[in-house]
Amino acid sequence: MPLLALARPLLRPFDGVGRSVACIAVGVLVQLAALLVVAVPWLPGGPDEVLSVLAAVAVPLAVLAAAAPVLSAVQRARFRNRLGVEIAAPAPAGSVVRRLRAESTWRQVRYHLLVGPLLALGGAVTLLLWAAAGVAATVYVWIWALPPEVRLANIGYTTQAAYVTLAGAAGLYAAAWLSGVLARTDARAAARRLGPSRAELLEQRVEEVTESRAGVLDAADAERRRIERDLHDGAQQRLVSMAVNLGLAKVTLKDLPEDARKVIDEAHREAKEAIAELSSLVRGLHPAVLEDRGLDAALSGIAERTPLPVGLRADLPVRPAPAVEAVAYFVVSEALANVVKHARATRADVRVETRGGILLVVVTDDGVGGADPTGGTGLAGLAKRVASVDGTFSISSPAGGPTVVTVELPCAP
Amino acid sequence: MRAVIAEDSVLLRIGLVKVLEAAGFDVVAETGDAEAVLAAVEEHRPGLVVLDVRMPPGFTDEGVRAALVIRKQWPDTAVLLLSQYVEERYAADLLSGDTRGVGYLLKERVADVEEFIDALRRVAGGGTALDPQVVSQLLLRRHSDPLDRLTPRERDVLELMASGRSNAGIAQALVVSESAVAKHINSILAKLDLPKADADHRRVLAVLRFLGVG
Repeated sequence: MPLLALARPLLRPFDGVGRSVACIAVGVLVQLAALLVVAVPWLPGGPDEVLSVLAAVAVPLAVLAAAAPVLSAVQRARFRNRLGVEIAAPAPAGSVVRRLRAESTWRQVRYHLLVGPLLALGGAVTLLLWAAAGVAATVYVWIWALPPEVRLANIGYTTQAAYVTLAGAAGLYAAAWLSGVLARTDARAAARRLGPSRAELLEQRVEEVTESRAGVLDAADAERRRIERDLHDGAQQRLVSMAVNLGLAKVTLKDLPEDARKVIDEAHREAKEAIAELSSLVRGLHPAVLEDRGLDAALSGIAERTPLPVGLRADLPVRPAPAVEAVAYFVVSEALANVVKHARATRADVRVETRGGILLVVVTDDGVGGADPTGGTGLAGLAKRVASVDGTFSISSPAGGPTVVTVELPCAP
Repeated sequence: MRAVIAEDSVLLRIGLVKVLEAAGFDVVAETGDAEAVLAAVEEHRPGLVVLDVRMPPGFTDEGVRAALVIRKQWPDTAVLLLSQYVEERYAADLLSGDTRGVGYLLKERVADVEEFIDALRRVAGGGTALDPQVVSQLLLRRHSDPLDRLTPRERDVLELMASGRSNAGIAQALVVSESAVAKHINSILAKLDLPKADADHRRVLAVLRFLGVG
């Protein structure tokens, strides 16, 4: 066992050597077929004049270039089946003109006309090496297969044969190593030239990430809505019912002792406070009015609850997407909360309008200014929420005011 | 007075029935959807209908639409709408035309049983009951007009006035004398170029017209 463990690194070139050799062999066959196409005009009776020579070179090359997609598919199948290496096809370019102009087409042609043939040449050499080394390593077998007279005529052949066998073994080792290197090089070169380019891969990745992010946002949004519904249909109704009963007790049980009335009064007040608290929590999650009636109605609710005069101008001919509406609502709600907390303002103005494919939200106040977007978590949270739908967030707040928060959110026009 | 209740949340419906009965109403029918409430009104001809805005099957504004039908077909029936949140358009729809016997309150007001009973009686008696939030939200929309000429105190008075309170109610709410309230109201009506009027509902009507919903 320890011996085998020692030998393992030495035997590494033989790992998966069968697959490498198969891959190389198929590659050589494919290139031979392509070579045949190029060679057809040169068969006996071929061209002799300059023009026809040029044509004899150009036409087969053009044919190969035209057949690039098919050849690429064949090559991809080779790597998939022989090596288990998956090479994605680049995005289809469409029409012939666009295909000719596509960078991916010329990358493929480079592989089929230059890289592929060179590697196939190396492959052919390797296969020959396998054959030669195989024969050399087994030279004794061949010698015994010869008539005995030959052996008698060459006394002393055993020493030479031993050298040949050793050379064959070394050759086999080299061939195995070379096969591995060649197959790997081929796979790498093919991946680079037959697959999508780095830019395309990144583009695809960005698309996937954007899509999955949108999915996550939608899921979070749906979850908020579900919690809002559950709270509204469950706990809130129960609290209202309880408060109604307590209120009724207050109204109808006039002849209770003073301390009993006090207790009921207290419980009633607390129940109402709980309702108010729960309502504001639910509004913070996802206000029902936003879903039912849209941004305009929901914003006038916020403006009304803000304890200073708020001017609201909303110009929304069409409703933006729910996720965008939710972010806009959140922006105004947070911005006004900040105004109340920090700005010492006497009034605030909210303007919401769609301009092309942009939902513009501007919140202005006449307070003391000096808001720092890097300071508190409020503004940073706003910026993050806006960024989650690819919007832009900016704030201008010089010392002494006024403060202007501007948010642009992309929405389909 | 006979009353009909339409509210799809069972808990709240039970509470409403109790409150209405405590207020001396005779609840002749309680339903959970808008279709049924019209049938119930047709059958019982109640003096008052209390409706939830959002009801099955669509859970949008079935209650408002039913209320509008009731206002049109049975103008003598008072209608009180309950809503989870303020929607100005509902208020505007409901208040366009005759504003006698109309109310629009947030659901959570039901918990203030005493005030809610006041509002019920006022609406049933042909008055108006608007949620303070509805009024201030309606005022919010028109800050660029003669309202700017009002003093903050006059604005307070106007809001309370628009929600259907009497002079005495306004005086109580603002902790001032009734004569002070009357002075404020005269000043408001003058500033808003409205002719002097003494009947309570005409006063509300004038305010609502000014708010752009009457």
